[in-house]
Amino acid sequence: MSKRTIPKIALVGNPNSGKSSLFNHLTGLNQKIGNFPGVTVDKKTGICNLDATHKAEIIDLPGTYSIYPNSTDEKIVFDILGNKNNPLHPDIVVVIVDASNFKRNLLLFTQLYDLHIPTVLVLNMMDIVEKTGLSIDEKKLSKELGVPVIPMKARKGKGVDVLKNTLLNDMDYHFSPIFDARSHAPEAIDSVKEMFSIEEDYVAYQMLQQHRINQSLTQNEKNLLTDLVEKHNFSRDDLRRKETLDRYAAINHFIDGSVKENFTTLPKHWTQRLDRIFTHKIFGYAIFFLILFLIFQSIFAWAEVPMDLIDLTFSELATWLSNTLPPGVLTRLLTEGIVPGIGGIVIFIPQIAILFAFIAILEETGYMSRVVFLMDKIMRKFGLNGKSVVPLISGVACAIPAIMATRTIENWKERLITIFVTPLMSCSARLPIYTILIALIVPDRSLFWFINLQGVALMGLYLLGFLAAIISAWVMKLILRSKERSFLVMELPTYKMPRWKNVGITMFEKSKTFVFEAGKIIFAISIVLWVLASYGPGDRIDKAEEVVMAETQNQQLTERQLHNKIESYKLENSYAGIFGKTIEPVIKPLGYDWKIGIALITSFAAREVFVGTMATIYSIGETDDELTIKNRMKREINPDTGGPRYSLATGSSLLIFYAFAMQCMSTLAIVYRETKGWKWPLIQLLYMTALAYVSAFIAYNIFS
Amino acid sequence: MNTRSVVDLTPGESGIINGFMDDTLSLKLLEMGCLPGQPIKYNFAAPLGDPICVSVSGYNLSLRLDEAITISIQ
Repeated sequence: MSKRTIPKIALVGNPNSGKSSLFNHLTGLNQKIGNFPGVTVDKKTGICNLDATHKAEIIDLPGTYSIYPNSTDEKIVFDILGNKNNPLHPDIVVVIVDASNFKRNLLLFTQLYDLHIPTVLVLNMMDIVEKTGLSIDEKKLSKELGVPVIPMKARKGKGVDVLKNTLLNDMDYHFSPIFDARSHAPEAIDSVKEMFSIEEDYVAYQMLQQHRINQSLTQNEKNLLTDLVEKHNFSRDDLRRKETLDRYAAINHFIDGSVKENFTTLPKHWTQRLDRIFTHKIFGYAIFFLILFLIFQSIFAWAEVPMDLIDLTFSELATWLSNTLPPGVLTRLLTEGIVPGIGGIVIFIPQIAILFAFIAILEETGYMSRVVFLMDKIMRKFGLNGKSVVPLISGVACAIPAIMATRTIENWKERLITIFVTPLMSCSARLPIYTILIALIVPDRSLFWFINLQGVALMGLYLLGFLAAIISAWVMKLILRSKERSFLVMELPTYKMPRWKNVGITMFEKSKTFVFEAGKIIFAISIVLWVLASYGPGDRIDKAEEVVMAETQNQQLTERQLHNKIESYKLENSYAGIFGKTIEPVIKPLGYDWKIGIALITSFAAREVFVGTMATIYSIGETDDELTIKNRMKREINPDTGGPRYSLATGSSLLIFYAFAMQCMSTLAIVYRETKGWKWPLIQLLYMTALAYVSAFIAYNIFS
Repeated sequence: MNTRSVVDLTPGESGIINGFMDDTLSLKLLEMGCLPGQPIKYNFAAPLGDPICVSVSGYNLSLRLDEAITISIQ
């Protein structure tokens, strides 16, 4: 095996050009999702076996129409390709174009070609090309362009082997720029080439065009470039317009003779017919809401069985470990902190996987862009963008991927508002809390013969979250000032059957990312929580047994009851218990006592901790048995009133608190990274907590 | 001078792109294949009348009305 590093190959192309299909064919499950250095844009890389002995690292870059970026997503393409010192700068670029939509797709190719990186052109969707009567002479085209041209049907995997072969061989590569940048601004380009020791005209030209957004430059270098732009009268927009027109002229020249267009027979009947239904005045919205309803139903209905199974497995594992391992602090940390902590993460996999399967299908089929199309005008009234619909829907599973999905929104203000309000959507972590509390305060009765009251309450909480998000967005629209224009120039792709392999890989990858990214934080927090709940100041915890024994010696207690009393006493005197008592005056107006206070504090890190904390607080050994917790909570008496602790007032107050409060460290962390600062996550934390507090206070007073 | 824009078309009608009335938007529209001299067809509008769907250089594009009005046609 050779010692030298394996070649890096970047995949670039327009959105909907079949890039992810090709990526999946090349790498299969050898994929890794991470973040590009410094930004939260998904970085998909994978290892491809070019043949038995040669491997290559494939980097999937975000889909873009041009090297001039409009969104955070697209910026990455130039950051990596335009800078030879970037650690991800590829050895070869594979440009994948939708051959059935030739000209527009070739624009990006001509730009990348001029950056002078060895380039391979993949003509995808040749199956559609064949059907439409369009004909492409790829040999002639290859000769014209001076790069290998490979016809492909990525959906069926046809042409992938030819591509691998081409990548293995040294490419016969004659470079002559397609757009002669130098002729438009010779002096400015020469100065840049000298200053930064760059060889290619177009790279230098791009430095002049885009230095303000170039991450690899220091402020000083940016200032130097700005001076050059001014000194040489380098009029960026005019040149860029000229460049685009020049490139299209060159494209027309290249394809003259090798491509015969015949648009009259494009098989778009299906797309036209389906659009008539999906964007219909009434059916359009009806179908959209029906699909949403189906997604919710599936998340809740299908996920239940695997979630119960995971829950059972982890509690069995904890029991088995505590029976097998010698007793001690480490075993307790393992069985009470780490194993339940991991279980708390893993249990969300089914819901996340189902949700992402649906989102992948909606995107694969082309329906998602119709949703954006349908909702844009409504969303705009609230300071959002049609594209905000996607994060808001995803927010129902988890705010973290949802916030990452906002990066396709080009307008900064609209993107910020979307990031700000997405955590108000009821995520899956709120579901266990909703379920338990609703069961405590809402009778399990049917309103008519089909509407279940508890179901209505659950639906109401989701609606409440949605309304809060929309209204907050509208308020932010009034507060935030921005001169930046809002765009919605978006391709409406033709409808396609989803590729199930892609859906499966998306499900797998997103679940994996969730477990490892969000998991790390939840895992750390559950250990910290365990420590806080297990230790207290002084010797109060150590003396717990003595104290409880002394107090209860006259009572006839079973061993289990005694054990529970001791655990309960320990918790009360642990650091967590002391915190709970400290904040009691603050939460008393909401109808909570110190025990709920502990749950509030612990679940500030992540909401799903609530149920586990409740279980510990009410001194039940097994945190996994919801019915037991529920029964215990039901029997809990409020000493002030003599009635149940979880009355309608306290219960609804808690429900509303959990619907609104920003109780998720991971979300705060992701907002910090997406907005590059603490300002927005802190405002978000304060705003949501205040909203939760005030609303819970109102709810408590209405119902008590 | 009486310039017509894409929004003056009726659904199903086509025009030839003449130029752009907004400099910033024209950069993006050019890159998306809206080239002077190319035919552009108004397909349909979203249920609330905005955005609209047009066909240009062989594919469908959605635009808001205030974006479409900047594309002048012959």
